[in-house]
Amino acid sequence: MTHATTENVLEVSDVTLRFKGVTAINGVSFTVGQQELFAVIGPNGAGKTSIFNVLSGVYRPQEGSVRFRGEDVLGQRPHVLAGKGLARTFQNIELFENLTVVDNLMLGRAHQVSYGVFSAAAWFGKARRSELRDRAAVEDIVDFLELAPYRRMPVGLLPYGVQKRVELGRALAMEPTLLLLDEPVAGMNLEETEDMARFILDIRDELAISMVMVEHDMGLVMDLADRIMVVDFGVPITTGVPAEVQRNPDVVKAYLGEDHDTGGRRKKNAAEPVPTGGDQ
Amino acid sequence: MTTTDDRPTTTSPSRSAAPGAKGRRPWGRPALYTGYGQDMALLNTGAKKAALGVLMVLALLLPFVLEDDLLRLLATGAVLAIGAIGLNLVTGYAGQVSLGHAFFLGIGAYTAAVVSGETGDEDLYGFGITFLPVWLLAGGAMAALVGLVVSPLASRLRGLYLAIVTLGLVFLGEHVFREWDAVTGGVGVGRPAADPVLFGVDLSRSTASFSADQQLYLLMTGLLVLFALLGRNIARSAIGRSFAAVRDRDIAAEVTGVDVRKAKRLAFVISGFYAGCAGALLYSISGYLDPSSFGLLVSVQFVAMVLIGGVATISGSIMGAYFIAILPRLTRELPEYLPFLSSSATEFPNVFQVETLLYGLLIVAFLIFEPRGLFGVWVRARNYWKSWPFSY
Repeated sequence: MTHATTENVLEVSDVTLRFKGVTAINGVSFTVGQQELFAVIGPNGAGKTSIFNVLSGVYRPQEGSVRFRGEDVLGQRPHVLAGKGLARTFQNIELFENLTVVDNLMLGRAHQVSYGVFSAAAWFGKARRSELRDRAAVEDIVDFLELAPYRRMPVGLLPYGVQKRVELGRALAMEPTLLLLDEPVAGMNLEETEDMARFILDIRDELAISMVMVEHDMGLVMDLADRIMVVDFGVPITTGVPAEVQRNPDVVKAYLGEDHDTGGRRKKNAAEPVPTGGDQ
Repeated sequence: MTTTDDRPTTTSPSRSAAPGAKGRRPWGRPALYTGYGQDMALLNTGAKKAALGVLMVLALLLPFVLEDDLLRLLATGAVLAIGAIGLNLVTGYAGQVSLGHAFFLGIGAYTAAVVSGETGDEDLYGFGITFLPVWLLAGGAMAALVGLVVSPLASRLRGLYLAIVTLGLVFLGEHVFREWDAVTGGVGVGRPAADPVLFGVDLSRSTASFSADQQLYLLMTGLLVLFALLGRNIARSAIGRSFAAVRDRDIAAEVTGVDVRKAKRLAFVISGFYAGCAGALLYSISGYLDPSSFGLLVSVQFVAMVLIGGVATISGSIMGAYFIAILPRLTRELPEYLPFLSSSATEFPNVFQVETLLYGLLIVAFLIFEPRGLFGVWVRARNYWKSWPFSY
């Protein structure tokens, strides 16, 4: 169910990122439409998280361009991008573990805070109003993600699955246009995975937020994603709807390896481009 | 019992229980929150209100009960607490280890002394403005400005490296204070500190109804309450949260929308302001200011206050500061009970050595056994009684 509209939320074209001799991402291009759930899959070390780090402004690629809501955002600092409606979660949970769930979610609204030190110190007027408003918004997300029982707990003490949910909540609190999910169900059990899948669908359909998701759980990706891009060694192999991607011989090769190639894919030079088939 | 809302709760219980009725508690349900405002209030439970009330009454009664020298000690403790809150904001909340607190203290003290100092002296600068709020704010503002200048270091360095660089500030400061005679009076000479004059009354001189120490105690305690309140408000606002975010995970903070550089800058500025105010007030108690009083040991003492009191807590900073302020007094009493200890600095072993030793030992002991400091001890005690007679 691709909601193809004229304006894409995200347009990535020919992005190449190198660390000295290693090319982490090589000529990656893709677009994400409005209210689309776009998945990026690939074997370990394929550069999926590097793509996320480029999108969220943590890394600056050597080549290519990233357009977010029609604006070239390459090289902008992460907190500026956050203010423009780009939110993300992390593969390894990156929560503020000494703070409570509510405070973590409140931090998601950091870029909307406009009051200064003096107003904060007096806890009067603008600061008080802003805090109350943010708290109400955060409580909506607490409701949405069913986090109410954990509200006051320091995040570090919560179980892993709940921490993942809190991180999603923090990203939602930013009221994003585009949400980047880095392995949202990694390490979760079946029940937690199902809960998360439900939340992801709700975010797309009810909150109308576009998403880019990196995930290794193929069942989840094939079920949820509107379109999928497969990358291997930083090079995009193919992009398409789940059914197409599953049948693509290059994708099968990237995941299972070739039997006639004695060394298998791991022995290939990383800089050498992998033969591409259905590249866009 | 604790319907402390400004509106009297005259409505019937069933009607006022409607959700969204902001700030209105149904009768007989003191613990029920009906709005986020109540939940987020500083004193959001009856117990907290009662405890603060008792503490306030106690603090007001003390000057009429205690002897003058003890009051002076408590006044010093209150000023140290202001400084400790400042250090805790930058080191405890924002996680930027600073060993340069003594430097900021010195800047505040000398700025205040210059603003308040007598005019017309050729060798010693002075503007003759003795009104307390003026020199207090001047001292704080100057130290905050220096904090602003220093803060870029923090966006380049972190952890141990930042600690070493801020340590450098202390030596830099000591040198300047020693050499700049026109401001500091020079080594061994010193200069009079700022005069605590409020509405024409010099509080460091006894008046008809109060002794000097009673006045200073009330002044400093009052200021501590004010500074603690402001600090607590900053800590619970978005600014305090952004400090904690920078401390816990700076990359995640940046991606979440926190301007990390701005947060670090703000932490140093606020911390500098608190330190400057504390420095200005500290020496107005003794009335005299020597250039050698802003050494590394002062910084270490403040770090000890924060670690012993409780990292990233305002009330912990206050507890730690009073603890460190009272500690020398307690060790001075030791020779009475331990005859082998000498109270003279020239003999071995003496109480001053014990005092220095205790700073180190206490820091180590607290870090190992109760990293949350005195605040943690308090939390444990509270939880014990909360769940009594059960253990959890």
